[in-house]
Amino acid sequence: MRLTVLTLLAVLAAPAAHAVEYTTMLPKQSSIGFEFRQMGVPVKGSFKRFATEMAFDPARPEAARAKIEIDLASIDAGSSEADDESAGKLWFNRSVYPKATFVSREVRALGNNRFELRGTLTLKGKPRDMVIPVSYAPGRNTATFDGSFVLKRLDFGIGEGMWADVATVANEVQVKFRIAATGK
Amino acid sequence: MSTVTRYTTPAIVLHWLMALLIFAAFPLGVYMHELPLSPDKLKLYSYHKWIGVSVFLLVAIRLGWRLTHTPPALPGDIAAWQRRASAVTHGLLYLLMIAIPLSGWLMSSAKGFQTVWFGVLPLPDLIEKNRELGDLLAGVHKALNFTLLGLVILHVGAALKHHFIERRPFLQRMGLGRKERT
Repeated sequence: MRLTVLTLLAVLAAPAAHAVEYTTMLPKQSSIGFEFRQMGVPVKGSFKRFATEMAFDPARPEAARAKIEIDLASIDAGSSEADDESAGKLWFNRSVYPKATFVSREVRALGNNRFELRGTLTLKGKPRDMVIPVSYAPGRNTATFDGSFVLKRLDFGIGEGMWADVATVANEVQVKFRIAATGK
Repeated sequence: MSTVTRYTTPAIVLHWLMALLIFAAFPLGVYMHELPLSPDKLKLYSYHKWIGVSVFLLVAIRLGWRLTHTPPALPGDIAAWQRRASAVTHGLLYLLMIAIPLSGWLMSSAKGFQTVWFGVLPLPDLIEKNRELGDLLAGVHKALNFTLLGLVILHVGAALKHHFIERRPFLQRMGLGRKERT
């Protein structure tokens, strides 16, 4: 009987012993894209280079943390003309602010592998609080984290001066990301 | 009994409406292409595309009209080679009025910008985004447009020559001036 209980405990403890804390992003399977409207026309873009520091233990999601740093020079803004334009002072002012960063402060579990990532997004030197919904899909050795949120570009001064006219380029930018990660 | 040597009113309206749109879209296309990126440039591109889609729809209606109506006959003493040249020119003009908006629409898709008529009605992207193909189609669009320019000069020049030099009531055929009866 005692042996049975021990066996049972061992079996129950096994998944925890094998539990993975995801810490390493797999760049090839990860993506950060965005979409905005220009004269009513949807335009897609993406960032090709970004680095993450992360720790996510499915058993303790509230303890998770993430830092994402995006190299703004790796932008695909829909056309080479727009790529060049985005570097300028009216947009990202990339020579002064070459990176966008997101640093998490708090993770809330919403159930069904859904989480709310709260933290600070800093663009063009302007830190703004963001709430980002993320869904987590466990895999054998790799987990994927998918998220999508809308940011208002003018909150960050992205597109100033003549570009502040939201009738031409919409204020809302839909950001979609997928971070694939392995752990240890 | 008199015969009116004049196109039907719908044909005349379509001719001048399309002439107006084409005469607006062509210089707009040449001008906007050279502009540095700005909100105004994005607006002009959209207006150009909206005009192009309008031309595309109007030419479909016009072709339907043309295929079901016989245009007024040319005066009997017009030389045979001129009749042939006229038929070929008109055929090519129709072809270009279809091919030019089509090439613009495809180019837009290939460059990754969907065409949305008046910012409201999206046209499907018939081809996927592909920068090389986009650049190729831009060249095609330009070449077709300059071919159109040449043909329009020929078309207008021939009409003016028949009207003013040969003193035939040619412009009345397209509704200019008083109705001419023979």
